[in-house]
Amino acid sequence: MLEKALKGSKAYWIWVFALLGIIAVGFSFYLKQLDFGLGITGMSRDVTWGFYIAQFTFLVGVAASAVMLVIPYYLHNYKAFGRITIMGEFLAIASVIMCILFIVADLGQPMRVLNVLLYPTPHSMLFWDMLVLSGYLVINLVVGWNVLEAERNSVPPAKWLKPLIYLSVPWAISIHTVTAFLYCGLPGRGFWLTAILAPRFLASAFAAGPAFLIILCLIVRKVTNFDPGKEQIQSLSKVVVYGSCANMFFFLCEVFVVMYSQIPEHMDHLQYLFFGLHGHGILVPWMWTAMVLIVSGIILLLIPKARQNESVLAVACVFTFIGIWIDKGMGMVAGGFVPNPLHEVNEYFPTFAEVMIGIAVYATGFLILTMLYKVFVGVKDELAA
Amino acid sequence: MENNRRSFLKFAGVSVLGLGSLSLLDGLTSEDVIASSGQASAEATYKKTANALTAKRWGMVVDTKKLSGRICHKMEKACREAHNIPELENKKHEIKWIWEAHYNHVFPGKTDEFLVERLKELPIPVLCNHCANPPCVQACPTQATFQREDGIVMMDFHRCIGCRFCMAACPYGSRSFNFEDPRSAIAHENKEFPTRMKGVVEKCNFCAERLAVGKQPACVEASKGALVFGDLGDPQSEVRQLLKENYAIRRKQNLGTNPSVYYIV
Repeated sequence: MLEKALKGSKAYWIWVFALLGIIAVGFSFYLKQLDFGLGITGMSRDVTWGFYIAQFTFLVGVAASAVMLVIPYYLHNYKAFGRITIMGEFLAIASVIMCILFIVADLGQPMRVLNVLLYPTPHSMLFWDMLVLSGYLVINLVVGWNVLEAERNSVPPAKWLKPLIYLSVPWAISIHTVTAFLYCGLPGRGFWLTAILAPRFLASAFAAGPAFLIILCLIVRKVTNFDPGKEQIQSLSKVVVYGSCANMFFFLCEVFVVMYSQIPEHMDHLQYLFFGLHGHGILVPWMWTAMVLIVSGIILLLIPKARQNESVLAVACVFTFIGIWIDKGMGMVAGGFVPNPLHEVNEYFPTFAEVMIGIAVYATGFLILTMLYKVFVGVKDELAA
Repeated sequence: MENNRRSFLKFAGVSVLGLGSLSLLDGLTSEDVIASSGQASAEATYKKTANALTAKRWGMVVDTKKLSGRICHKMEKACREAHNIPELENKKHEIKWIWEAHYNHVFPGKTDEFLVERLKELPIPVLCNHCANPPCVQACPTQATFQREDGIVMMDFHRCIGCRFCMAACPYGSRSFNFEDPRSAIAHENKEFPTRMKGVVEKCNFCAERLAVGKQPACVEASKGALVFGDLGDPQSEVRQLLKENYAIRRKQNLGTNPSVYYIV
């Protein structure tokens, strides 16, 4: 089936080469990072994780959100999603690959990465994260590819796929839970030290992931002959708004606990993010923008008339996606490191080189996604013909 | 309570047996995995001479009454020279093993509007606490940071992948990362101690290399009696005597990390 990704229109190849161009530019910055060290980023002794790890965290969520298609289709027999479940699984594949690339980009000694396998350390959450992420990648590759191949051959999917599909449900939950455990098990970091972190990660993932999938569906409808379907898109929009509301609810629970108890180690971080601390507040405008975007997204999605208009829906999805991206991809990681353990405020903001490397990773993900979707749409075309 | 992380470690050790099979990817059997993990600490342990100093659990007592800016400066300098610590221009990339901070930053949970006058401006040294229950060791995915039998929390600079998980885990900000090549910024290289490369984490090692040849830590030597180093496991040791006679506090005791550095205030 892969050969379908090698045949395409002029527009397809322009897009593919544009992505390759971006990857090449970003890679040149990565070579600079390899040469100089991680000092070319905005990270410091106090804020030791930044843009890369934040993107990793956000994308684990996007990957996990494929489960929002798998559950209705396979567990509740909601047939409509059968049309787009593979799109969700392919999005998960591209997302997990981006996660792995962001982790590698963040390592000080990337050539030693296999030490994680050479000295397996089960008391480190990073070890488990590696296991669940690679497992999830394999599951989605095997399931997505085989289901699509069966569809192409007009036969039902092989029986052995069923247990794997069921397994993918708890597995998807596990990847984002373990990712939250990287943060929320650390004794001295008050901002992350909350049991709501994993549930909140999942809720925001189930909003941002399907929101992105809706945008992808609209693009696929526009640029190919395949229509993911009006009903499918509408159902997804309800998933987005449930996820987004749950995310805000969990967030407000956290805000209440932290602000009402007023324990400084927990409160200072929220104060830093939303109001600034000791005169430092580089992320304040970002955080408020995120809140406005997420809340506007929820309002637009809650009103049936607005949601049913696909142009409004697209705007609402973009708002939700960007809002959660800022909250999780900028605030969540840096916010946990400011103030530092000695209660000093040293801020973080990514550098140009860091962002360029990040964009290149995203371009790689889009390239993989484009090719996988090209295969998917190609099969659909073949069946329609 | 105190042994929580360690007992989790044991439990985790049992589960690694089961997971050994996963390392097949690497062509390893589970026995190999265990053998190589055992090797880890051996590689990074210094060869002991006959006069090596040993202890059940190394610890330090900082007597703030004997501290001054000058003494703190001397301790930092002694540490820097002993361990090839670079002096980098970019403050964000700073490497610090022992450094001075004010009371409100050393003990952020114990700040007080009406703090005793003497402590307000006094520089107090901070360093790795060599916790009995170290969160950094728990977090490290490669066992590049590990705890020795005598309580010292060590780094294997050659195994560290530079993920900085230990830095997020440390509640004391005691760890530094080489954001750039440190070698060009070392004023006088001490050939007795390794330099580091970019991309790895480092921190205070309680001068394990000096203890192995019968010497006290460099900062203790330079401290004119303000720092006392010894065996917390020996009731007759000087550190235990000091703790018996003086009220001492530790940094963020409430987190259960059980630090081995005490402060007489």
